[in-house]
Amino acid sequence: MDVIITGLLLGGTYALIAMGLNLQYGMARIMNLANGEMLVAGAFAAFWFWTGGQISPLLTVFLVAPAAFLLNWLVYVVFLRPLVRRARSRGQLEVDSILTTFGLSFVAVGLMLALFGGDYFSYSYLSVPVHIFSSTYGANRIAAFAAAVVICGALWLWLNRSRAGMTIRAIAVAPDSARLVGIDVMRMAAFAFALGGAVTATGGALISTFLTLDASTGGLFTLKALVIVIMGGVGDVRGTVVAALLLGLLETFVATVIDPGLTLAAAYLVFIIVLLVRPQGLFGRSTS
Amino acid sequence: MKRRTFNKLAALALMAGVAGGPALAEDVLKVGAVAPKTGPLAGGAAVTYWPNVKLWVETVNARGGLTVDGKQMKLEVIEYDDQTNPGETIKAVQRLIDQDGARIVLPPYSTGLNLAAAPIYHRYGIPMITSTATTDKADEISSKFPNVFITLGGAKPIVQGAVEVLSKLRDRGDIGNKLAMVNVADAFGIELANEAKPAFQAAGFELVYESSYPLGTQDLSPVMKAAKAAGPDAFVAWSYPPDTFALTEQAVVEDLQVGAFFTAVATAFPAYAARFGDSIDGVLGIGGVHADGQDFQDYAKRHEEVTGAKPDFWASATVYATFQVLEQSIEAVGLDNAKILDHIKGNSFDTVIGALEFDEHNNNPSFWTVGQWQDGLFKGVASTGREGAVEVLKKGAWK
Repeated sequence: MDVIITGLLLGGTYALIAMGLNLQYGMARIMNLANGEMLVAGAFAAFWFWTGGQISPLLTVFLVAPAAFLLNWLVYVVFLRPLVRRARSRGQLEVDSILTTFGLSFVAVGLMLALFGGDYFSYSYLSVPVHIFSSTYGANRIAAFAAAVVICGALWLWLNRSRAGMTIRAIAVAPDSARLVGIDVMRMAAFAFALGGAVTATGGALISTFLTLDASTGGLFTLKALVIVIMGGVGDVRGTVVAALLLGLLETFVATVIDPGLTLAAAYLVFIIVLLVRPQGLFGRSTS
Repeated sequence: MKRRTFNKLAALALMAGVAGGPALAEDVLKVGAVAPKTGPLAGGAAVTYWPNVKLWVETVNARGGLTVDGKQMKLEVIEYDDQTNPGETIKAVQRLIDQDGARIVLPPYSTGLNLAAAPIYHRYGIPMITSTATTDKADEISSKFPNVFITLGGAKPIVQGAVEVLSKLRDRGDIGNKLAMVNVADAFGIELANEAKPAFQAAGFELVYESSYPLGTQDLSPVMKAAKAAGPDAFVAWSYPPDTFALTEQAVVEDLQVGAFFTAVATAFPAYAARFGDSIDGVLGIGGVHADGQDFQDYAKRHEEVTGAKPDFWASATVYATFQVLEQSIEAVGLDNAKILDHIKGNSFDTVIGALEFDEHNNNPSFWTVGQWQDGLFKGVASTGREGAVEVLKKGAWK
């Protein structure tokens, strides 16, 4: 029981980390290697509002999300739209966007260093024990898990039940055909990219309540998010959630029952197995 | 016409005067500094290393500059980010000497980067007074690279200090002999854990839980739950900054009740106190300073005034002290590296951590090993011969 709850809580954290990248990569078709930096920026905003004015990170997200949305929209329009326009194939766009966002990630780290400094930003919020089935869990992790449920649930509903969601899914599946039925692909892709950025920054604000970050930790999160998104299947909200929870449960199980030193090894072993057996991911559509 | 010529000449003279004053090439001494500003160790360097470079340069320049062979020279610092990558550290040192014309190169940050850069400092003959490297191999290093000095101590004495402190608490009846020990699976954590395990067992402690976890682990609650389930009287973690924070938070959440709680790197950081406040009263950690000493308090005050940040309670003061050693040696013998090295080996220096003197292996034999948070200050409780240690206290409940 203990393992399951701890694992689910960790899985919720992973879902927060990965969901934004899923939108950016799966829907907007931009492999954004600067995704982790957006997460760190969101975390820093939460830290700044908390230490500056004791404003709860749970409220800060309502400021962080629109700001990140706007920022990512600009990034897409200025840096990425030209790449989309000139790309002849999906493969070329992937290579170009990886190179561009890799560069952007350095710019982002540099900017954050200049603005925030290189110090660790770490604060205590809701770090009180909550008792569930005679075991204790951090309230901040439970809050982040709840937020993950709300965000992922809302995204899933929106993508599957609303017209705008359907449009986004259309551009993800077949951008060329989507244009034929009157969808403004460029505009919707920019929207999906910006939304992904907003979700990522929100995730950053939430996980900063229990993780210690500094300006250059973004890369670690990009990597983790990438593993989860690819494992779950690119462009599939369900897949990302399932992969995140699976990874959380697996790591906690290995740490508790076998040895905490083997968590990373176990995570990558599962990743490799998934890639070998289902290269398109757990829920992904076969590309061929 | 004549007046215009005069005016022009006067303007020219004025310009020459402005430009030629303090900025004349020979009156400026270029100081190179290379350490992480990005990468995994950037957070630690931002607390412990970079503010001291700024503080030292500003302090020296404020009193008119460094006196080199009777002439006052202003310091001008050139900073490079090595991205926590040893290859970049080495390249930056070469660039500082060959292209930038730096006459002084400060030591890099962290054990790994210092050891990796030792050969290049040696090749250029630069004195390398390390301040953030912990190693037991001072004699081996100094025989290979006689220009390298070790100030912060080694794993063996630090483990010894931890064993002494815990033994004292046990002998006083504050804790029992059940010990839970974890470490980060990285060179630092593995070396210390390997040293510590036999040392604690020899001192009569029973290891009821032992584990390692990978660097960058996001959830340490399984580790803390398992440690708590083993019912220890003392908890020791050879940890790095993010996990030091995470383990402490989990200990609070799980309400781990132990009479001694020890975490390693970052326990002495101001951010640790800022995050956990009063609840860390009684927490033990690696390092320490003579927190009640006038020297340290003056240093901490100036550190905050000049850099806007508080120093940590371990290596910060040591970093500054090694700059002072360099400063005093240059003022005594000039810029000749060979002479500086001889001077460092043969003298005792008055620094912010007290008298600093190196033994025949270029090793500083007296340093702090264990500190404890008491009333908002991280005070040294065990050292290898530093003055000002306070009595260790039993850790109470988390607040």
